[in-house]
Amino acid sequence: MQITVNVNGNEASADVEPRLLLVHFLRDVLGLTGTHWGCDTSNCGACTVWVDGLPAKSCTMLAVMASGRRVRTVEDLADGDRLDPLQEGFMQEHGLQCGFCTPGMLMTTRWLLDHQPDPDVETIREAVSGNLCRCTGYENIIRAVRHAAGHRAEEVVS
Amino acid sequence: MTTTDAPRSPAGNPIGFGRMLRKEDARFLRGRGTYVDDVRLPGMLHGAVLRSPHAHARILGVDTSAAEAHPRVRAVVTGKLLQTLNLAWMPTLSGDVQSVLATDKVRFQGQEVAFVVAEDRYSARDALELIEVDYEPLPAVVDALGALDPDAPVIRDDLEGRTDNHIYDWEAGDRAACEDAFSRADVVVTQDILYPRVHPAPMETCGSVAHMDKVTGKLTIWTTTQAPHAHRTLYALVAGLPEHKIQVISPDIGGGFGNKVGIYPGYVCSVVGSILTGAPVKWVEDRSENLMSTSFARDYHMRGQVAATREGKILALRVDVLADHGAFNGVAQPTKFPAGFFHIFTGSYDYPAAHCKVTAVYTNKAPGGVAYACSFRITEAVYLVERMVDCLADELGMDPAELRMKNLLRPEQFPYTTPTGWVYDSGDYPRALQEAMRIAGYDRLRQEQAERRAAARRGETGPLMGIGMAFFTEGVGAGPRKHMDILGLGMADGAELRVHPTGKAQLRLSVQTQGQGHETTFAQIVSHELGIPPEDIEVIHGDTDNTPFGLGTYGSRSTPVSGAATAVAAQRVRAKARIIAAAALECSVDDLEWTLGRWQVKGDPAQGQTIADIAMAAHGSLELPEGVEGHLDASVVYNPPNLTYPFGAYICVVDVDPGTGQVTVRRFIAVDDCGPRINPMVVEGQIHGGLADGVGMALLEVMAFDRDGNHLGGSLMDYLLPTSMECPRWELGETVTPSPHHPIGAKGVGESATVGSPAAVVNAVLDAIGVRHADMPLTPAAVWRAMQGRPLRTDLALE
Repeated sequence: MQITVNVNGNEASADVEPRLLLVHFLRDVLGLTGTHWGCDTSNCGACTVWVDGLPAKSCTMLAVMASGRRVRTVEDLADGDRLDPLQEGFMQEHGLQCGFCTPGMLMTTRWLLDHQPDPDVETIREAVSGNLCRCTGYENIIRAVRHAAGHRAEEVVS
Repeated sequence: MTTTDAPRSPAGNPIGFGRMLRKEDARFLRGRGTYVDDVRLPGMLHGAVLRSPHAHARILGVDTSAAEAHPRVRAVVTGKLLQTLNLAWMPTLSGDVQSVLATDKVRFQGQEVAFVVAEDRYSARDALELIEVDYEPLPAVVDALGALDPDAPVIRDDLEGRTDNHIYDWEAGDRAACEDAFSRADVVVTQDILYPRVHPAPMETCGSVAHMDKVTGKLTIWTTTQAPHAHRTLYALVAGLPEHKIQVISPDIGGGFGNKVGIYPGYVCSVVGSILTGAPVKWVEDRSENLMSTSFARDYHMRGQVAATREGKILALRVDVLADHGAFNGVAQPTKFPAGFFHIFTGSYDYPAAHCKVTAVYTNKAPGGVAYACSFRITEAVYLVERMVDCLADELGMDPAELRMKNLLRPEQFPYTTPTGWVYDSGDYPRALQEAMRIAGYDRLRQEQAERRAAARRGETGPLMGIGMAFFTEGVGAGPRKHMDILGLGMADGAELRVHPTGKAQLRLSVQTQGQGHETTFAQIVSHELGIPPEDIEVIHGDTDNTPFGLGTYGSRSTPVSGAATAVAAQRVRAKARIIAAAALECSVDDLEWTLGRWQVKGDPAQGQTIADIAMAAHGSLELPEGVEGHLDASVVYNPPNLTYPFGAYICVVDVDPGTGQVTVRRFIAVDDCGPRINPMVVEGQIHGGLADGVGMALLEVMAFDRDGNHLGGSLMDYLLPTSMECPRWELGETVTPSPHHPIGAKGVGESATVGSPAAVVNAVLDAIGVRHADMPLTPAAVWRAMQGRPLRTDLALE
């Protein structure tokens, strides 16, 4: 099938199999390997991207379902050399270790902050509960989001 | 030594130890990491593995003709084909053999049967459906407790003369001394304790991209490995490939936790696929394949017995273990230690007698056993002793904190030799426990609990509050070459440090980060020794062509072994720099003293040479003393004299819903002592992750099986990992007791929290519900059943 997807502001057209998963379209067809694949069952959230402004797990969505829609991935977060405040927060608060869950975490929490600029700890916990991390025990991810919401280090306690 | 006042570099980083943001974050945050599945090569093909649906079955025939006729399939590999290459079986890390692709029988559900190479990953999967395997199902050995029954089916009939499922018996300690102590004891407590089969489940599954270049004869394999050099040697031994023509590249690794130590059949198949097709072949397993076939952890059925006086002085501990190793003995651990370091089970306490006996058996389950941040089975050992101490406290009606304090080793007893022969290097255990109790507000917590229980007796409803604690002693940094090797490879590791003419440096390591931050912390070790800003030190790892030999990262060994190698290499560079500085300053080396980053003349600090000055002189035309070579570098192989022994005290507070059995972790306090902290931020991150592991294992995670050997945890919908909702805010504390034998006193910390935390959570839940023991995971159903006096067998679905 011929599809056209707007990915990070660029129109991408390709002839794909109807069964091709969105995550494989992004990674294997477009070479956008920042979006990861982790579980097949939409439990882990490593594949989280935005589709028409909403977080979606790209391992359980077909590429053809994204045709004519806008997809945003982790590669679009930084503005040139300038990191998104969330990326800065994750770095400052050590919100990542192996880095595999990080793109999905960033896309989920970017959406959260866009809709709720100063979420409390319980809101952040709930927001990232569909994104698994095996390294951080979540503590520093929550701190990272608080950091990005403008809280100074000494205020950043979860 | 955990300096927060280290001088700052031009980039604002500490020169040496202290909190420093990680260098590796820049690429990960932008989605620019390179994990194995991100590797794309021209003409690359894709592999997929056909797996057994049966736990135990004879293979009567494999018909691959329809798969081979698939237009996008380039090769189909079967066990029969591998037999012609002498590759159908491969050695395990424990001296057993494991089937690469099954030839005679399948021995666990998910076992590898055939491998398809196709032009894309979907076609490879399609072709698996076209392979017809004729199975004759056989009765499966699922319950380890029945594996040695005389009528149990024999799983390993491939082994000459094998008539049962017994792997080994192994013991440690003094049985007679133990029996004597038990005969004299006022109190003896016996408890059966299961540490269930769990899985490390890193976010990135296992995979490889193999490329055999037929012109040069060179095999390059990008692979998810925690031990690239060990893998290179094993490929040479397994496949008979020349070792100098094998390059193992371990790029960014999406978590390891012991899951990525061994060699899996899929890796070997990708190599064979590349040899057969002449093209690069990628194989990446899916999540079910990861959970069902790669290295599981634990599966220890333990019977503990503790002997004590009425006053609560522990006299002896003994334990009998039945170890379920699955269908092949594939544990990854030092050769002389078939049960790993389990015989460290005497833990953190002072008593004269201990004995353990471990019997290992084959079952129709996946191979493995040593993984998931277990420190070669110290996880099982600590869980055992910390549960037994709580059982004893229950029997004596004594507060668990008081009982522990009464029996903890005292600071003056170090170095301390345990009843099973371990030499703990240093420690101040009471101080760590007191610090944890201080942070927790232990007395206030007990008071709150008493008030709540009184209210419950008056008929008020509300959650049941529980307080649990655990004290652990870890043993990490394997290990001394004379005692420790894996398949004959001694557990020493190399480090190579080169200071370039302008004073910038490169450090090459044998160990492999999987998220631990080596690119940052190892630069800090060099910075600490030489005063070079850490941003000017590049850490190179994960490529066997460009790094020194060593056994890799697992068992929390990076800092204790390679960290020591790095410090010694930097110290050697510093000593050589002194000679060169003396030549440049035309003075004697004895006239020079070291200040951070600079050799200067004693009494005349204006006269000196920085490391950068010295580096340029070392590469320049300065005339050097007789016998001193130019350049400024050092190469070290570090053979650790002993393990290092980090320790800690953990306290967990839970609330249990009496109506549903649901557990909420309210607080978790962790005081860790891992010696000086190179980068406190990274250390705390390591501890956070391990604590989450502990909550997961205590409350959620188990790989259970039904009576036919069907795996009941084969996806993340069934194998439950902890999310942000189950984890509390971690409250950390610290004491610092340096290791006397490590060059910078550091002890290692990667697995401490995974080792120590499960017992604290379980002890808290059992304290809440007033039950002496119930097995992990304490799911609502398991807690409910325990409260009814009918505890669940959590590892089997037999009812």
